[in-house]
Amino acid sequence: MALKTFIEAVREGLREEMVRDESVIVLGEDVGKKGGVFLATDGLWTEFGDDRVIDTPLSESQIVGTSIGAAIGGLRPVAEIQFADFIHPAFNQLVSEAARLRYRSNNGYSAPMVVRAPYGGGVHGALYHSQSVEAFYTHVPGLKVVVPSTPYDAKGLLRSSIRDDDPVLFFEHKKMYRSVRGDVPEGEYTVPLGKAQVTHPGTQVTVIAYGLMAHYALEAADRVAEENISVEVVDLRTLRPLDKETVLDSVRKTGKCLIVYEDNRFGGYGAEVAAIIAEEAFDYLDGPVTRIAGPDVPGVPYNHVLEEWFMVNPEKIADGIRKLAAY
Amino acid sequence: MAVTHTDPATKPSKAQPKATPKKSAAGSALGADLGLSSDDLLEMYRLVALSRAVDERMWVLNRAGRIPFVISGQGHEGAQVGITWALEKGKDWIAPFYRSIATCLTFGMSPRDIMTAQYATASDPSSGGRQMPGHYGSHEHNLVSVSSPVATQLLHAVGLALAAKIRKTGQVALTVMGEGSSNQGDVHEGLNFAAIHKLPFIFVVENNGYAISVPLARQVAGSSVAHRAAGYDIPGVTVDGTDVLACYAAARDAVGRARAGDGPSLIEAKVTRLTAHSSDDQQTKYRSEEELAAEKANDPVPKFRAQLADAGILTDEAEERIKASIVADVDDATDYAESQPDPQPSTAMKWVFAEDWPSEAPPPWGLGE
Repeated sequence: MALKTFIEAVREGLREEMVRDESVIVLGEDVGKKGGVFLATDGLWTEFGDDRVIDTPLSESQIVGTSIGAAIGGLRPVAEIQFADFIHPAFNQLVSEAARLRYRSNNGYSAPMVVRAPYGGGVHGALYHSQSVEAFYTHVPGLKVVVPSTPYDAKGLLRSSIRDDDPVLFFEHKKMYRSVRGDVPEGEYTVPLGKAQVTHPGTQVTVIAYGLMAHYALEAADRVAEENISVEVVDLRTLRPLDKETVLDSVRKTGKCLIVYEDNRFGGYGAEVAAIIAEEAFDYLDGPVTRIAGPDVPGVPYNHVLEEWFMVNPEKIADGIRKLAAY
Repeated sequence: MAVTHTDPATKPSKAQPKATPKKSAAGSALGADLGLSSDDLLEMYRLVALSRAVDERMWVLNRAGRIPFVISGQGHEGAQVGITWALEKGKDWIAPFYRSIATCLTFGMSPRDIMTAQYATASDPSSGGRQMPGHYGSHEHNLVSVSSPVATQLLHAVGLALAAKIRKTGQVALTVMGEGSSNQGDVHEGLNFAAIHKLPFIFVVENNGYAISVPLARQVAGSSVAHRAAGYDIPGVTVDGTDVLACYAAARDAVGRARAGDGPSLIEAKVTRLTAHSSDDQQTKYRSEEELAAEKANDPVPKFRAQLADAGILTDEAEERIKASIVADVDDATDYAESQPDPQPSTAMKWVFAEDWPSEAPPPWGLGE
């Protein structure tokens, strides 16, 4: 085992899949010589050359649309959208095309491809370098949506995403790139899509989270443990398909559930999780299904005081846990 | 090469097109300078006429209440057959659009394939009855499945051309759409990328002068899509889309460039739209009777028929034989589609993904079993 940063794990996963399968290509803005603005693809252009590591023009719809065509043509494209905030011009290609291609052709065609994008706030990125965009895509059948929280999962899930026969959106919280380290084993391993993980066992309150919030949930669990509140943390890892069983098993055990997400609260991904729990675990609930999520403003403000106000943090989560535990 | 800058869609000519003489100025038989044999020309004519006959049957079935919707390719058939003929069937790729009936028939789909799409049967090879008619596609024939948002397919063809270049397959990828669709941003993004990387890609615009009701002058600045090619430093030609052989010649040049590694080409084929936009449109609301009558003079079907008859290639006997085969094919396709079962709700959750997808919350009313 070696201790690696989150971004090192992403880069290793990409590189090893490119070595394993010559149909895997990488394309996006600045992914070539520069190695990406976050250096996720650093070194790949030198190793694999112009054909397999392609600097694209600033045209996100083209990045995704040509990836769809290249996938039909026998390649396995891994597209990088420089910031999740800039994925919106590709919304039509993702939602109307990639997601629907297999269904609309009755299995005649498919688009095996991955779209990676750094997301999330807390990095002084303001409105347009901080967004969480997962809810737009978890809503769409035909897309898989993955949000890893550890270097181990980032590498293992990225491998599974590249090998998957359908389009996968792979969101990486940019604040974790260099701040999160973890053990990554040598050699090949994968983490299956669609499987959540209980990262902290407990008995009184279930906290469901993903990405950076999965770390903050663990910190919050430690804080309230000193107050004798036992928290079970579920890291979803894949948002769609949702591992409903792991979620429901935990909630049926604890009877209380707090869902945490960084995105705006209203209509966010956690709303659907809350609805499923309400529909399928109602008899087990000892309190309302609650959420801690970003405020409903159009973006994360730049000023540090305002940004801190916006961001969900361990203390805000701990407060949510305390209220629910006391219910 | 018979590339012209005439504009039959917007400047209807009163004169009937002149019949082509039996020998060209060089004294060779019709099509010989293009490497086309008499058999090739007869087959091209059969495809043009078959496409028209299938299309006309669709309207009859719609008016008879048998099928709910028609979107038509009438007036586009000559360009579609001529251009598609230049590609290699079973090797090259086409990302078509909703008027591409003749394109699909030329690239290997059958009248049954087209007609089952109209009826949305379980056996419809384009979508198994999931898409509206007009959304043709067939993996077996390298025809990419198409959606309804226009121009998105251009990027798919560019991606196919990228894959062909990287994998060194020698394939060419062509996409086609109307001039109205050509105003979408995806067109710019795709042409720019294809030109940068000199991809084996061909962009065909079937310009019929109307985006539903909006005329060319209100959708295309300067009224030429072909002129936009200059901005990408690629060849852009305008061709009379009712002249089958001119369209073939333009496409053959573009295919040659693509295969030689010389990059993309743009072909703007000026065609006519002989029907309303769709069965839900009334084009007399925005087009005059005079204009519609003039359009008929540019109908590619009688034009190509006359050209081949004058050249002595389409004899009375050959025409009767082709006509009889078309009638039989269209009747067969209609009868076949009428007899085919609907897709069942038990299949409706299939193929969201490669693996089974019961969804997190399947419908409480089940799958009709």
